[in-house]
Amino acid sequence: MKPYSELLSKTAVALEPSGIRKFFDILDEMDDVISLTVGQPDFITPWHIRMAGIESLEAGRTYYTSNKGLLSLRESIARYMSRRFSLEYDPNSEITVTVGGSEAIDAAVRAVCNPGDEVIIPVPCFVCYEPIVRLAGGVPVLCETVAEDGFRPSPSRLSKLITPRTKLLILPFPNNPTGAILDKYDLQRIADVLDGTDILVLSDEIYAELTYGERHVSIASVPGMRERCIIASGFSKAYAMTGWRLGYVCAPEEISRQIFKIHQYAIMCAPTTSQYAAIEALEYGDDDIEMMRGEYDRRRRFIVDGLRKLGLETFEPDGAFYVWCHVGAFGMDSEEFCRRLLYEHGVAIVPGTAFGKCGEGYARISYAYSVDHIKKALERIGRFLSTL
Amino acid sequence: MNEILNLMESDAKLTAEEIAVMLGKETGDVSSMIEKYESDGVILGYRAVVDWDKTDREYVTAFIEIKITPRRDRGFDALAERIYKYPEVKSLYLMSGGYDLACIIEGRTMKEVAYFVAQKLAPMEDVISTATHFVLRKYKSDGVVFGAVEEDTRGHDFI
Repeated sequence: MKPYSELLSKTAVALEPSGIRKFFDILDEMDDVISLTVGQPDFITPWHIRMAGIESLEAGRTYYTSNKGLLSLRESIARYMSRRFSLEYDPNSEITVTVGGSEAIDAAVRAVCNPGDEVIIPVPCFVCYEPIVRLAGGVPVLCETVAEDGFRPSPSRLSKLITPRTKLLILPFPNNPTGAILDKYDLQRIADVLDGTDILVLSDEIYAELTYGERHVSIASVPGMRERCIIASGFSKAYAMTGWRLGYVCAPEEISRQIFKIHQYAIMCAPTTSQYAAIEALEYGDDDIEMMRGEYDRRRRFIVDGLRKLGLETFEPDGAFYVWCHVGAFGMDSEEFCRRLLYEHGVAIVPGTAFGKCGEGYARISYAYSVDHIKKALERIGRFLSTL
Repeated sequence: MNEILNLMESDAKLTAEEIAVMLGKETGDVSSMIEKYESDGVILGYRAVVDWDKTDREYVTAFIEIKITPRRDRGFDALAERIYKYPEVKSLYLMSGGYDLACIIEGRTMKEVAYFVAQKLAPMEDVISTATHFVLRKYKSDGVVFGAVEEDTRGHDFI
């Protein structure tokens, strides 16, 4: 038999494994490590939401749901989108319930990409977009965001990247890892760039409920943008439901029809138990969101203040639960900084390069941890910095 | 303006400076607010939440329902005061419903609690009757779950 590398999908073989894997393997083997690496809430799913899942199991609701997801859940999603973001989507034809926001992103990219289509991705960003675009036959075009622009995609930089082959712009805001958000003004400027083109937008709004100043605004609510927008979102971050693997994608009917087919053939339907729990979350979970957002906000202020006092230049995050911290001023690259911090002082943070080459000089620090945990980590980081 | 109290109620060890940072306020303002809360009796004290079951200390907790005859003029307050002044009484509430006072007391042994009820509480003038329930296990108290030490089982390779 030929070597596997010749037998297997060239696209899959060519994908880079997540660069951070080795780092986490080291972390797993060490004792007494204070980790600030996690990309998920530390809250447990609120009990009333868990109960809704439990009750659905007790009631024997263990079958597949409709492919698109329970109609009652899609109706709840439609009401939620209207209530929180002033967006109207038809639950019958414009909403698909997916296995997490990740499947929503994957299905959306596959629904719009033809081989060779270019997809603009602002970087640094969450790790999945580039591989998903490649798997769909698309060509990722990276749009670097920089500190001077507050890690927001600059309209002039965007314009320069647009070619006749540009199919899609991915907008992952509030952003993991930088914590940057886009306000109405930023969105309007991006909309102006897209005006007169046929470029679609995939807006990954999984952190939409976690903004700490103004409320999140969706690009789909900018006048004239709805028809070209696909919104991927989910329950993981807003309701601390990462393990339930439930998300959704909202898009105009024609686009939704294609997403739906991909979802139908690849996935069948999202987990039934999670769908029942999600209805409870959407209908009765607004207070939970407020409680968790308040807690993240206090930790955010605490950790940003702590890092700055230690002399680390830190970008002020307005969303998500990460701090994007400049660690490039100590004569070593991000990975070495993070490796030494881990080995010498037992604190794990994620090197910025895990989120793209342009993350060099930075590290992502998660504050999805208790204040006590953050305090201990800051003490150790302080000790590390004092040795440099 | 309850945000300082909310924070301190969940973690009394936070310093004024830490609270100020978390709430985006000045440390001095937070300090003077805390002092005011203390002098106004809004904050009555600070203490650790102890799970005594994890120590070698022997103790029992009892929940006592008390029916009483209210006094003319002072209602239930006079008798309530006589009861809560006993150091054994951890909590005392005036209740609506089938009885009047709910009393939580702690003693080293059941015998000690029984002695308190029989010798001190029941014979009091105006106490009509008592019903004593011993606590078998404390699951949750003042919002804190007892016995469980939560472990962080989050997968950390999802970035």
